[in-house]
Amino acid sequence: MTMRERFYALAAAALERDERVAIVLAEIGAAQLPQHPRVFNVGIREQLMIGVAAGLAFEGYRPLVHSYAPFLVERPFEQVKLDLGHQDVGAALVSTGASYDASESGRTHQAPEDVPLLATLPGWTIDVPGHPAELDALLDDALAGDHRVYLRLTDEENAAARDGRRLRIVRRGSDRAPFVLAVGPALDQALAATADVDATVAYLTRVRPFPAEALRAAVQADEVVLVEPYLAATSAGAVADALRDRPHRLLSLGIRDPELRRYGTPAEHRAAHGLDAAGIRRSLDAWRGDPALAAA
Amino acid sequence: MAATGLTYDDLPGLLERLTGDEKHDWSSLSTLDVLWVLHDRVLGPDDAFLLSKGHGPAAFYAVLGAKGLVPLDELDRFASFGSILGRHPDRVLVPAAGIGSGSLGHGLPIAVGRALAGRRVFVLVGDGELDEGSNWEAVQYAGRVQLETLTAVVVDNFTSTYHWPGGVEARFRLEGWDAVRVDGRDHAALAEALAARGAGAPRCVVAEVRP
Repeated sequence: MTMRERFYALAAAALERDERVAIVLAEIGAAQLPQHPRVFNVGIREQLMIGVAAGLAFEGYRPLVHSYAPFLVERPFEQVKLDLGHQDVGAALVSTGASYDASESGRTHQAPEDVPLLATLPGWTIDVPGHPAELDALLDDALAGDHRVYLRLTDEENAAARDGRRLRIVRRGSDRAPFVLAVGPALDQALAATADVDATVAYLTRVRPFPAEALRAAVQADEVVLVEPYLAATSAGAVADALRDRPHRLLSLGIRDPELRRYGTPAEHRAAHGLDAAGIRRSLDAWRGDPALAAA
Repeated sequence: MAATGLTYDDLPGLLERLTGDEKHDWSSLSTLDVLWVLHDRVLGPDDAFLLSKGHGPAAFYAVLGAKGLVPLDELDRFASFGSILGRHPDRVLVPAAGIGSGSLGHGLPIAVGRALAGRRVFVLVGDGELDEGSNWEAVQYAGRVQLETLTAVVVDNFTSTYHWPGGVEARFRLEGWDAVRVDGRDHAALAEALAARGAGAPRCVVAEVRP
C-alpha cells in the first residue's frame, strides 16, 4: 500500500471515528474517499478549498485538506497564509506528489518548493514521512490538535518505518565522524551513500518546528550534511542557527534545479538531482576533498 | 461590553473620533447604512458577519462602537501602534470583526465554509472586490450546493473598472442564487431584503450606492 492509499484509508476511518473531522477536496481524492456529509469536494477550485477549510475550522471542525502539492500549497498560497494563518485557525494540509513523484507529468505537477514555502509562515508543523506505516501516528497528531499542519506524502519510501517526529540516530559513527541528517524518504539513499564511511546518520520527518536542541545535543562533529528531498538548503538556516556557536561546515543536499525539463521515472529524477546514493556520495566526497574516499 | 444606547445619528460623531475629520460628508461612505441595518436590525446572536471588503473600515468601526462591540476609547487611537483598530481589521485583535481582511476575495470562501457547517452567515463584499476570481469559485459552488444559510451583501458603488454587464446580480442568478438589488441608503428596504432567507438557494443582496 502506498502512502497515498494508506492516507485515504486512515482519513476514511477518522471521519467515522471523530465528528470534528471534515475533509475538503478539489476533485483530487474525491474518487478514493467515501461519500460522506463531512467530505466537501468543491470542484477544481483550490482557493475556495482553503477558504472553506478555514470556515469549517471557525465552526469547530478539524479540516483535512488534500490535493497534489502544487495545487494545495502554491496555487492558494495567499489563502494558506491569510485564511488559516492570519485568521488564526487550524487545518491539516495533506499533499501527494512531493518533488518528483509525477516525473512523467512535468513541472506543473512537481512542488520541490512546498516545504520551504510553508517554512516561511509562522507556526506550521511540517511532516515529511519516509514510509507509509509512519502515517498513522502523524495523522493522529494532526487531527488531535487545532494547529496548522502540513503532511507531505510521497511514493518514495525507505525499506523500514521509523518514528522521525524527533531526531533519531539510525547509525552511529565515531565521535568526530560527519553527521548526516536525512529527511524522510532521503534516508535509505543517505545510508547507502555512506555505507562504508565513518559517519553518523540521523533521521527526521518533523522538520518544522526544527529540533534545534536535539541537533545540538546529537552533533559532536564539525562536518554536518543535510539531505532533504525538496529544495536544497531549506533547513540550512535552521541548522546554522542551532549550531550558531559551534564551528562547523555544512553541506546542504536537495533539489537545486526544479526546472529540470525531463520526464522519465522518479528514480531518474532522483539521480538527476544528485539525491540517489551515488549522487550523495559524489557530493560528500567532493565536499570533504578526500581523494581516498573519492576513489572508493 | 454593555449596550451604548447610541443610534444611527451618533455615527458621525464616532467617525469624527476615528478620523479627526469634522467636516467630512459621512453620507459618502458606501457601507455605512448597510452595516448599520445589519447590526441594528438583522443579525441574530448566533449569526456570523464577515466584512470581506476590509478597505476603509471607519464605518464598520463606528457601527461596532455604537453597538458596544469595541470600546469607544479605541476610536481615538485608530491605526496607532497600540490600537486594535487598523486600516484593515484584524479579527484576532477585534473578535467582533469576524475575519481579518484587507486582501480582497477572502471573505466569501470562508463564509461558504461556515455556512456548510450550518451557520447563518452574512458576508459583505464590494463590487470592485468581485474582480477577484476567488469570489467566483465561492459563488459557483454555493449556488450549486444550494447553500441557503449564506447571504452575500454586495455594496455596489460602481468601482469595478470593467463593470458587470446586466448588473452583478445577474451573475449571481446565473449561478443559482436568489438575488435582489435595493437602494443601499434605504434602511427599510435593506432590512427587508437582508432579513429574507433564500429558499433552497444562497441569497445575494446588492446594495446600490451611487458614488
